[in-house]
Amino acid sequence: MIRYEDVVVRYPGASRDALAGVGFHAERGRLTAVVGPNGSGKSTLVRALLGRVVVAGGAVRVDGAPVTEHGRGELAKRVAVITQREDLAFPLTVDEYVALGRFPHLGGWRGARSIDRDAIEHALTRAGVAALARDGRRVQELSGGEWQRVRLARALAQGGEALVLDEPTTFLDVAHEMAAFELLHELTVEGVAVLLVSHQLNLVARFADEIVLLHDGLVAAAGSPDDVMQAAILERVYEWPLVVTRDPAVGAPALLPLRVRRRT
Amino acid sequence: MTTALIDRVRWPLLVLAVVAALLLAVALGTISLAPGAVWDALLGRGDPAAITVVLVLRLPRAVLAGLIGAGLGISGAALQGTMRNPLAEPYLLGVSGGAAVGAVLAVSLGVAAVFLPIAAFAGAVLAVAVTFFVAHAAGTRGDARILLMAGVVVGAFANSVIMLVLGTAPSNAVRDAVWWMMGSVAAATWSQTAWLAVYVLLGGGALLAWSRQIDVLSLGDDTAAALGLAPEATARRIYAAAALVAAATVAAAGLVGFVGLVVPHIVRGLGVRRHRPLLVGSAFAGAALVILADLAARTLRPPSELPLGAVTAIVGVPFFLSRLRRLA
Repeated sequence: MIRYEDVVVRYPGASRDALAGVGFHAERGRLTAVVGPNGSGKSTLVRALLGRVVVAGGAVRVDGAPVTEHGRGELAKRVAVITQREDLAFPLTVDEYVALGRFPHLGGWRGARSIDRDAIEHALTRAGVAALARDGRRVQELSGGEWQRVRLARALAQGGEALVLDEPTTFLDVAHEMAAFELLHELTVEGVAVLLVSHQLNLVARFADEIVLLHDGLVAAAGSPDDVMQAAILERVYEWPLVVTRDPAVGAPALLPLRVRRRT
Repeated sequence: MTTALIDRVRWPLLVLAVVAALLLAVALGTISLAPGAVWDALLGRGDPAAITVVLVLRLPRAVLAGLIGAGLGISGAALQGTMRNPLAEPYLLGVSGGAAVGAVLAVSLGVAAVFLPIAAFAGAVLAVAVTFFVAHAAGTRGDARILLMAGVVVGAFANSVIMLVLGTAPSNAVRDAVWWMMGSVAAATWSQTAWLAVYVLLGGGALLAWSRQIDVLSLGDDTAAALGLAPEATARRIYAAAALVAAATVAAAGLVGFVGLVVPHIVRGLGVRRHRPLLVGSAFAGAALVILADLAARTLRPPSELPLGAVTAIVGVPFFLSRLRRLA
């Protein structure tokens, strides 16, 4: 559904490409995870999808057509994106914020119809924030974890066949993080294409169908969790000694970074 | 007051404020009229002197003041949301500085007073264009902070031009120009009121039509893009409409400071969050505020009048400082 073809992006004034020819695709019904060290180009992938950076080479395609050829509104109906950072300048309630997820469908004037109200209710429930909305809580009063889940609800209300998330589980505790990953898994079962940028290698190894490992704007490895989660590859990319074991309970590969003993 | 109570009385309160301000402005002054006399005069009955005072002197003045407040309020609310900055206001885009330069140049060149609003309007539009050009030349893609900085720079440049011109101008021209810069609706006529109404309705209507886009833009450019907006292009349209409305108010009555800055905060204080009601509410609150400020300007020290811009600033500054404490 979302296809990156040799995408090259260079920020103005930068000495090297942020993305130097990255290619992979995220299909419906699959959870595709993009991992990699800080500065490897993960967020730039999301920005390229949104048309927020100039793609100097290659193309980002959605359902075959380059994103630049889709109208922005059309694209927003198909692909919901949660960006890495978002700060509201002014107060909004949880309900008002999540309702803005329907903007691609409603445009500037049309009022919410029952299909929109249903989508909002459904999204609030699925993201586990219906109580926050019912209590009329304001977005500014939320904890970091609640805010992340409310943002997820906004993207779910947007609907669409693809969901792109940039570091969505930062600030979530163990239970909420697991719930979020389970929800993403459910969405893939329903046929949604989920593209997830994450630092949580071990969770990604358990949930993702495919992992794309980025390093310095290039794909260092791609494939199933077993293909990518190899100590030699990860050590080279992250420049840190580590071992890859196997989770005794679920059998997924698990990364264990080692402590470095410094000489004193 | 509890939130539920505010929710119920908010709109009646705003409408009542405008109506009450209008009635007070029409009734009070050197000749104060009883409510019955005001009503008769509005219908064109009774004492001919009262009819003249109400229909020719006070009503156009009050309506003009209301339109200026409404325009600045809408404009300020739209700019704050779009720029995601509670300190944004139309004058900061260079509107005030540019209008002042236009007016001062016109006065010092001995241009007839009737053309002064046109000169001010041209100056304001030109200054806003320069502000956008400077921000664009700085290489940002519509970064609101850079735009505000560019507005400050253009304003500073405008100030130096004003000082240069006034420094060499004859003293009566200086007095005219300074008085104009302090803002006044004393010379209000129905025709002036009518053409300002056109600008406020067109510009305000455009901003109102884009108010949900402002909601989306206030989430930040990346999220706005994710929701299908072209953030920079949308923001530019909103800036242009807001600047046009503000420039028209400045052309009509000079500089009436702090209204665009303060009014949206008053309306947000009433629990309004989304921009469609915020813009409408800011129009009402701005209208009531400027009508009352003008009433104060002409009745506090009769027979002389205080500058309208000074009154709004004296009311606006303490209010704004109190908001600033809450924002910090």
